[in-house]
Amino acid sequence: MSILDVKQLTRSFGGLTAVSHVDLTLDQGELVGLIGPNGAGKTTVFNLLTGVYPPSSGTIVFSAHGQTTSIGGKAPYAICRAGIGRTFQNIRLFKELTVLENVMIAFQQNQRYPLPTSLLRLPGFGRAEDEIRDGARELLEVMHLGHKAEEYAVNLSYGEQRHLEIARALATRPTLLLLDEPAAGMNPTETANLTRLITQIRQDFGLTILLIEHDMSLVMQICERIYVLDHGIVIASGTPDEVRSDPKVIEAYLGEEVDHA
Amino acid sequence: MEQLAQQLVNGLALGSIYALIALGYTMVYGIIQLINFAHGDVYMVGAYVGYFCMVHLNLGFVESLVIAMAVCTVLGVVIERVAYKPLRKSTRIAVLITAIGVSLLLEYTMMFFVGADTRTYGVLPPFMEQSFNVGGVLITMKQIIIIGVSVLLMVVLQYIVRRTKVGKAMRAVSQDADAARLMGISVDNTISFTFALGSALAGAAGVLVGVYYNAINPLMGVLPGLKAFIAAVFGGIGLIPGALLGGYFIGAAETLVSGYWSSLYTDAVVFGILILVLIFKPTGLLGSNVREKV
Amino acid sequence: MKNPLVRQALTLWVPLVLTYVIVLLLVQAGVVDAYMQVTIATICINIVLAVSLNLITGFTGQFSLGHAGFMAIGAYATALVTMRFDSIVGFIGGLLLGGIIAALVGFLIGLPTLRLRGDYIAIATLGMAEIIRILLQNFEFTNGAAGLSPVPQYMDWTWFFVLTVGSVMLIRNFVRSRQGRDAIAVREDEIAAESIGVNTTRSKVLAFTIGAFFGGVAGGMYASYFYVIKPEQFGFLKSIDILVIVVLGGLGSLSGSVIAAFLLAIISTLLQPFPGVRMILYALLLIVIMIFRPQGLLGNRELSLRLLPGLRKRRRDDAGTEAA
Repeated sequence: MSILDVKQLTRSFGGLTAVSHVDLTLDQGELVGLIGPNGAGKTTVFNLLTGVYPPSSGTIVFSAHGQTTSIGGKAPYAICRAGIGRTFQNIRLFKELTVLENVMIAFQQNQRYPLPTSLLRLPGFGRAEDEIRDGARELLEVMHLGHKAEEYAVNLSYGEQRHLEIARALATRPTLLLLDEPAAGMNPTETANLTRLITQIRQDFGLTILLIEHDMSLVMQICERIYVLDHGIVIASGTPDEVRSDPKVIEAYLGEEVDHA
Repeated sequence: MEQLAQQLVNGLALGSIYALIALGYTMVYGIIQLINFAHGDVYMVGAYVGYFCMVHLNLGFVESLVIAMAVCTVLGVVIERVAYKPLRKSTRIAVLITAIGVSLLLEYTMMFFVGADTRTYGVLPPFMEQSFNVGGVLITMKQIIIIGVSVLLMVVLQYIVRRTKVGKAMRAVSQDADAARLMGISVDNTISFTFALGSALAGAAGVLVGVYYNAINPLMGVLPGLKAFIAAVFGGIGLIPGALLGGYFIGAAETLVSGYWSSLYTDAVVFGILILVLIFKPTGLLGSNVREKV
Repeated sequence: MKNPLVRQALTLWVPLVLTYVIVLLLVQAGVVDAYMQVTIATICINIVLAVSLNLITGFTGQFSLGHAGFMAIGAYATALVTMRFDSIVGFIGGLLLGGIIAALVGFLIGLPTLRLRGDYIAIATLGMAEIIRILLQNFEFTNGAAGLSPVPQYMDWTWFFVLTVGSVMLIRNFVRSRQGRDAIAVREDEIAAESIGVNTTRSKVLAFTIGAFFGGVAGGMYASYFYVIKPEQFGFLKSIDILVIVVLGGLGSLSGSVIAAFLLAIISTLLQPFPGVRMILYALLLIVIMIFRPQGLLGNRELSLRLLPGLRKRRRDDAGTEAA
């Protein structure tokens, strides 16, 4: 059953078309990679899926919990509440807050209590707060950050910050998780740990995952299917083996290398 | 009909002043996204320098104008270097608060030295007191001078921004400071130059207003500064043509409100315009939407 | 000190009640002269103004330059109501009405403008406060530029104590709740906050409305103590006065605002003989704090008796290097 159905998704900025007529489908429980050279439009696709920008044209249909939502033009918070969580390539944590608070803010979106309860500390406040705190702590344990709960986010190492981004996204209780270069800046050991974690959370939380990543060994190892984006266009899609041997993909990547030289 | 034409002439003169100040706001905002709250006070300092030159040094109008512009240029660069440059990487709120601090500092330091009283430019050269009756509409020499000097300065500014190397650098930095730096442009110097240009125009506006209204005081920059900023927002902040459009629009709106309704409400109307613009077209008349890069 | 309730009693309630009783006794014994009473009143009003502005600017990150406008609304509402219904009920009603009208205006102005980028909000709120002042100056029922007097005086030390402590507590409760954390998330990173389901516009409007309410209450306290109110008292410089307190104490620190309100009262008293210098000093204070200690006295930490021996782990010192 498809959980995300993207049709003819297009976004232009002024004269530049960043994403052009992209079709993309995700089935329930899949782990799919989105790869492509720098500037191919991968992050723009994420930004369109999460409502940071409205699409110029095309449709995004998201189905979760038996509900079908049309995403195009919705506000990011509404899309999140519909069940799409994300991380950011350039890490956007609440830096001056603690690790625990970072996750609590995401967690509390599903654990609401009214304003008078907050202002007057009415009965129920303590219990609700405890639930939020405990729930957030659990997710920190899952992402191996339990011992850092009281640290300020800004003081975490790069790899830990990426883990925290995932914990925070998980706290929104997503059905679809979008990971934007989760292994960027990690060493091989960290990447291997992360790879295991991603597979594990997919299983434990019943997630569907769409992943942008430059680390090809990670992508080839865990993704069941891969979409390749170049200049805003899907130039190939299929299993890792199919994509690896696709001449267009090789050209896109080699061409990039030539550009850089 | 004659009354309307008269108000529009008055509006054109007032609008020229707003436009000159608004240019400085808009250029600075365009290049470092800062509302330079102190800009209105640079204009005030310009008015005092002009006063000092004309009344105490007995210099002519043109010499005084040039000196005021020069002093304000230096003042603008000093403000940028001392107060804003250390905050290049700070939050917007921090820089904005600093700008308010600089504004208060200029106002109350001036007040400390010259007192809070209003001063007059005194007797002006006879040629400046002439006026002409054109079909029932009274046009004063002062108004002609204001409009003429403003237009001249705007043309010079356009030339600098469009045709010179430093103007090109200004446009490059306002597009993308990092990329400009990689291209070998000195971003710091370009920012200072932008402050210099804007402050020179504000200094000129100060002298022109001193001559026009013949009354200056240390807090004279607050309201015109805000209104000029509103003019810049109205036209589309960061855009030079927008500042001109906004300046003349606010000038005309103000004279029309005081001419046909009540001068008590001019300020409220201008702030009302601001809020309406912010609600319905926050990018201003000529602006386009830009969203933060994620 | 294990039991949190005992601890709270010792660190919070006991010192508060002691303060109240001691000042009360001093006032009744005549030790506190008229000048000191005015100073105490000013400090209390400034605390309420500063913590409510801090909620908007320090915690939610929305730069407001119009807090004096809310104060004006509260002052005029309280004055008009108590001048008509000169009773304690009228006074309480006036205070509440002032707060509610201020909150309503805050809501109406916040809803459209809080979607905008930070520095536009500053200008929009400034414009709002100026419009309020100009209207008060021209309305007949507010008696124009001459203002209103005599406003019946109901504020005494007990009322100041209750209203000030009450306001600070309510705002503290807000900040340390789910709604408050949402607001702080908006300050930290609006795009990230939205991405995890925070309705950022709603969060901002809520904080702005609550801040406006307490701004209005502070205005009511002012009117009911100082007999005379005039539109000119609630101009741009009043908003700056409040901002200076918030910035000095630390954006995002309620206890910082309280301490700064005391400090500035002392500075003001010392500078009484040199009126021209006060604003120059305020100006320099703003600039120097922003350049050398942008986090203010306390940064966004809180000071309490319980935390004094070992403050929480230090945040990096260059707080606020993140360009907004």
